[in-house]
Amino acid sequence: MIIEHPLLGPRDSSEFTYMGDAKLIDRPDPEAETAARDFYEYGYLRDNPAGWHDELWFHEQGDRSWLVVTRNTLTHEISKVELARDVARARGRSK
Amino acid sequence: MTQKNRLSGGQIDPNETFSFKFDGKSYQGHKGDTLASALLANGVRLMGRSFKYHRPRGVLTAGSEEPNALVELRTGARQEPNTRATTAELFDGLVAKSQNRLGSLRFDAMAINDRFSNFLTAGFYYKTFMWPKAFWEKVYEPIIRKAAGLGSLSLEDDPDVYDKGFLHCDLLIIGSGPAGLSAALTAGRSGAQVILADEDFRMGGRLNSETHEIGGTSGAQWAAATMAELSALPNVRIMTRTTVIGAFDHGIYGAVERVSDHLATPEAGKPRQILWRIYTKHTVLAAGATERPIAFENNDRPGIMLASAMRTYANRFAVTADQRVAIFTNNDDGHRTAADLHAKGVKIAAVVDVRADAPSSMDYEVLHGEVVNTKGRLGLSFAEVKLADGSTRTLEAGALGVSGGWNPNVHMTCHQRGRPTWNSDLAAFVPGADLPMGMVVAGAANGDLSTHGALLGGAQAAKSLLGIKGRLPKLPETEDAPVNVTPFWYVEGASRAWIDQQNDVTVKDVKLSHQEGFRSVEHLKRYTTLGMATDQGKTSNMGGLAIMAELAGKTIPEVGTTIFRPPYTPTAIGVLAGRHTGQDFHPKRLTPSHKWAEERGAVFVEVGNWLRAQWFPIAGETHWRESVDREVLATRKSVGVCDVTTLGKVDVQGPDAAQFLNMVYCNGFAKLAVGKTRYGLMLREDGIAMDDGTAARLAEDHFVVTTTTANALPVYRHMEFVRQCLAPDMDVQLISTTEAWAQYAVAGPNARKLLEKIVDVDISNDAFPFMACANITICGGLRARLFRISFSGELAYEIAVPTAYGDALMRKIMEVGEEFNITPYGTEALGVMRIEKGHAAGNELNGTTTAANLGMGHMVSSLKDSIGKVLSQRDGLNADGDLRQVGIKPVDPADPVPAGAHLMNADGPVDATHDQGYATSACYSPNLGHSIAIGFLKNGSERMGERMRLVSPLTGVETEVEIVSAHFIDPDGERLRA
Amino acid sequence: MRYSGLQVIKQALTGHKGWKPAWRDPEPKPNYDIIIIGGGGHGLATAYYLAKEFGQKRIAVLEKGWIGGGNVGRNTTIIRSNYLLDGNEPFYEFSLKLWEGLEQDFNYNAMISQRGILNLIHSDAQRDAFIRRGNAMLLNGADAEMLTTEQIKARYPYLNTEDARFPIKGGLAQHRGGTVRHDAVAWGYARGADKLGVDIIQNCEVTGFRQENGRCVGVETSRGYIGAGKIGCAVAGSSSRLMSKVDMRLPMESHVLQAFVSEGLKPVMPGVVTFGAGHFYCSQSDKGGLVFGGDLDGYNSYAQRGNLPVVEDVCEGGMAIFPAFGRARLLRMWGGIMDMSMDGSPIIDRTPIDGLYFNGGWCYGGFKATPASGFCFAHLLARDEPHPTATAYRFNRFETGHMIDEKGMGNQPNLH
Repeated sequence: MIIEHPLLGPRDSSEFTYMGDAKLIDRPDPEAETAARDFYEYGYLRDNPAGWHDELWFHEQGDRSWLVVTRNTLTHEISKVELARDVARARGRSK
Repeated sequence: MTQKNRLSGGQIDPNETFSFKFDGKSYQGHKGDTLASALLANGVRLMGRSFKYHRPRGVLTAGSEEPNALVELRTGARQEPNTRATTAELFDGLVAKSQNRLGSLRFDAMAINDRFSNFLTAGFYYKTFMWPKAFWEKVYEPIIRKAAGLGSLSLEDDPDVYDKGFLHCDLLIIGSGPAGLSAALTAGRSGAQVILADEDFRMGGRLNSETHEIGGTSGAQWAAATMAELSALPNVRIMTRTTVIGAFDHGIYGAVERVSDHLATPEAGKPRQILWRIYTKHTVLAAGATERPIAFENNDRPGIMLASAMRTYANRFAVTADQRVAIFTNNDDGHRTAADLHAKGVKIAAVVDVRADAPSSMDYEVLHGEVVNTKGRLGLSFAEVKLADGSTRTLEAGALGVSGGWNPNVHMTCHQRGRPTWNSDLAAFVPGADLPMGMVVAGAANGDLSTHGALLGGAQAAKSLLGIKGRLPKLPETEDAPVNVTPFWYVEGASRAWIDQQNDVTVKDVKLSHQEGFRSVEHLKRYTTLGMATDQGKTSNMGGLAIMAELAGKTIPEVGTTIFRPPYTPTAIGVLAGRHTGQDFHPKRLTPSHKWAEERGAVFVEVGNWLRAQWFPIAGETHWRESVDREVLATRKSVGVCDVTTLGKVDVQGPDAAQFLNMVYCNGFAKLAVGKTRYGLMLREDGIAMDDGTAARLAEDHFVVTTTTANALPVYRHMEFVRQCLAPDMDVQLISTTEAWAQYAVAGPNARKLLEKIVDVDISNDAFPFMACANITICGGLRARLFRISFSGELAYEIAVPTAYGDALMRKIMEVGEEFNITPYGTEALGVMRIEKGHAAGNELNGTTTAANLGMGHMVSSLKDSIGKVLSQRDGLNADGDLRQVGIKPVDPADPVPAGAHLMNADGPVDATHDQGYATSACYSPNLGHSIAIGFLKNGSERMGERMRLVSPLTGVETEVEIVSAHFIDPDGERLRA
Repeated sequence: MRYSGLQVIKQALTGHKGWKPAWRDPEPKPNYDIIIIGGGGHGLATAYYLAKEFGQKRIAVLEKGWIGGGNVGRNTTIIRSNYLLDGNEPFYEFSLKLWEGLEQDFNYNAMISQRGILNLIHSDAQRDAFIRRGNAMLLNGADAEMLTTEQIKARYPYLNTEDARFPIKGGLAQHRGGTVRHDAVAWGYARGADKLGVDIIQNCEVTGFRQENGRCVGVETSRGYIGAGKIGCAVAGSSSRLMSKVDMRLPMESHVLQAFVSEGLKPVMPGVVTFGAGHFYCSQSDKGGLVFGGDLDGYNSYAQRGNLPVVEDVCEGGMAIFPAFGRARLLRMWGGIMDMSMDGSPIIDRTPIDGLYFNGGWCYGGFKATPASGFCFAHLLARDEPHPTATAYRFNRFETGHMIDEKGMGNQPNLH
């Protein structure tokens, strides 16, 4: 596969290491009343869709940025690639 | 000459003659021949035996779809089993041997199977060999396995080298027939970067096999002229002998170039084959089509072949399988074969055509009817024909060309799970709509079977894919005959009529499969093994589908196809591995002291990809334990030095560095003073211990973190995840510096005295106490980092210098250490000393242990958030009776305490339900004079002093042990603070 | 009809006219006592044991395509019980024992062949781990033996012990491990279940579940609604897709695992060998093909196909230990979709919805588990309590912290 790195252009996927669903960005609040349940769901439950999937790839043999790649799990087509840091900020992880 | 079936003309070089051997007998052929064409020229029709019934077999095809003519090519370590004689390029001195026979090829004792074929029908083995139960592995299976397989491996190491390479282009063209050449011309002239690949050693595809003219010259000449033009274009890369094996995601194709297979041995420095990964924006698939046979009784005798193959042999290789040839066809193509062979002086016994409206000929007889059976023991002698009027004729012929129509080679269109669609005009599957990204199909592969259609399709495909403006130049004049085919798959009443020749699947087997309910196309394939031979059903699948469709009362497209999977043709495992063999399987990572250690005769050990000194034997030592014991004792007595460069190192800088470490470590770092180092335990988010190490605060906003050797990469990745994804606005930067710093542990009571001779600063106990760290200079100005940390439990330091100075520093340490009898120690002694101290390492941090298991539960700070904190509080990870790290010592000092052994109560059964824990790491402690181990024990911290049994039934050990503190040496840590 | 050598001879002499379909092709009934979704190895085995061992009647297996078309039809055919952890080893040993009597039990020759499995050892740490594992196997009543490099070399003389990047330092053998003709497992269970009255319904895709008062009472299918007393899902690879129809999110991801077969070769590999310093395992089928595999491609996928990097990685592993295989040719590659669970271990459990049961999350381990998985799932469905060897395979183990993590990789499925 080829991943279109937002800064570095098209790169072979073997330069990257895969982690999983980009919802891993949404780490729950450890202080919440429901933290135990929230962390269980965050840590273990996945949508695992057959279709479009936002997922985390790490440019291990490159600039070491984490990317959020929108990829179709049925066809492997990639429609979007963003820096995970931008996504994290957009999802309100800035403190 | 003895090449009795050699004709005139063709594209072989009659002036260059090669000698070769087949089954020990010498023959001659010419440059440009394949092994198959050369054997046919010499009148050899029998080339192999089938898989199950050991039926005599000759060539069916003239290409890579060949099911029958498989040989062991070459000898010795270069022996290649299952090589298709139809693609093996002839070279001088070629040696080949027939395979899958017991005795000679002519008298194969295993042919007895054919007599019992009625008992050996599809799937018979699923119904028997079950009694008595023990007989399967002792009797039945050994017999079956004796008969298994086709050719043999030499079992010697493959002596050849394989390469890998990467190519990028705008347009990849697969196939160099008329469509591929036309596409290449169009694209090449436009200036685009083009790769033209063909599996054959002669470009031109079927143009080399046919007699049609293009633009007034022969097809072969037109192909040669076109190749000449393309070769002159710098933007066109021509890859002959290159099979595109698969279409992978995002326009990446695998291709295998057979660089040296046409030579006796590869030229010096050249690989046998190269695996190319081709990255292309667009692809024209011009892979042509494969002719399909018709099934009739005994349709598998040597001499019976595809009519198109006969044309290839005649027109390209100037060979006929026999001087007297018959044809059986359901379409006009069969007549082309007759006409071409007739023109070359071969006698045509008759053309048998199933169609009432078959074209007639002035040159040979055309019969309306069907071939119903054949005769001939090791090759065809007669074909029996049933005419439309019910009468029969026997044709005398040594070869029979069969033409059942053409199947477009749609394989690559389906490698990404696309499905082909049915074209009833062709009675064949053609590419569907769901093609791999950027692919267009042209020519016969797309169902355009005429030469004109191919030229047009190729040009149009290139133009549309590359967006070439303007009109296409005028195409040269050539034949544009319509396809005229009447679907005809098998002769009515046929039983022992072969569908899959290699695997011996007959019409009868397909019928049985249907009868027994194996009706889905996948069940048919798996139950009968149809299409699972080395040719992957290229000539057989359609026949099987057609019969199944008829039996099931369905149409062929309703029955559907099995899935086309890569590789397009079988691919050497060697080339897929490339140069990653032997010592080059994985890269070797060396430490900066490697050369020095080598000079000292160190024994090295693989730690991941690193090579680390395991111990340093000295004269007189004959056993590794002697060396290790000496290194341990000397270090604890005076001073030792060990290369610890392989530990992962991460530089953490920025105003939020401490806050960041607070997040990734379960224990606190916010209050760590500058100039101090702290042990840190990292948890995964699931609360399990991930890694441990130290973090040294060199400045308010600067930490140096170490990780274990094995986890350097995953820990760094994890830290970046936390930084970028969880805390995107923390002002902190990370960089992995593992290889930027050489780092040595100097340990032992004289460590300080030794280092004082090197460092430029005061490192007295007051000035530089236990856990101190600093940026310093050494040797009068070289920048270095000094950490007073200890893995061995001794007074110890780790000193780091830029990698370039690593070798020099080691030599310097050895030099100034001479007066203290400094001893270099390796990973074994390191391991002994850490077990003596009860430090956890990889065996303990095994991915299932918690901080509590490790006896570090108290470290998980409740005052702050950190990765893994919440999930570490789950009940299952905090249950009563959980495992705790303990020390284990034998009651009898002479007894071993092996790692991997399990702890059992002193009394009671020894089984899984009574398992109490296990030993993780063990060693002989030269300081204590007996073996020791650390391990995990249920409720271990409450069981100090308990007598237990440490059992290893696997290695036959049972030892009475005592549970003790894991801190075997200096439990109060006085030495490291000294 | 009972299969036997005698029957084969009798049929051969009478023109094979008497062979009956191995299973019927029934129309679905309006309702069943138990419906199993998924006509793979596990689903068919569940139905078989429900009928045979647990006295259940009116059972149907619903298969969206053709039976045996999932992972039972696309794997590397290995059976073994060389597991480490308490939650796993008794279950896989139970499975191996069922394999050992299976052919006589269901009257079908699945070519179960206990030619042994050998895990090569390349480092001291690996040896320690394998000793612990071998001991755990023995303590659980399984078999295990530690072999020296010389003993291994005697069995595989062409193994690379001279020029290996990662030298071989012995191996852990399980002689009762081996291989099975994988398709025949599905067919044998199907035929056995059919004979016991189970309706095996192919080309019947479940499109939804019907619930009444919090209880699952039936399934909507491509062939209409079918009611059921209990419903068991055994669709590993597609588990998340199916369970999303009842809004369940599962602790798993779907990943592609590629596998490979070479051209037919005269036998050279007596048993199964796994390479512990790379990702490679290999055996040789009774037809002569080297059957081998390696690591996951590593990204979520339902595509049933993989990419070149893993193909190359696997072949590199193969060449590292078997340099003589270089001139053998890879014939075919394929990909199966694995339910990769969060701890690498499966789930056989009730769901929060009454009447709906789940079996999945098999990761790489599904094929060898087929008999025990079917047996234990049948036990759960019939008696509403887990089989003693499958008590740990619960949904809630992640919430309570009772993971069964053989490889110690934590909650990242592609690392298991």
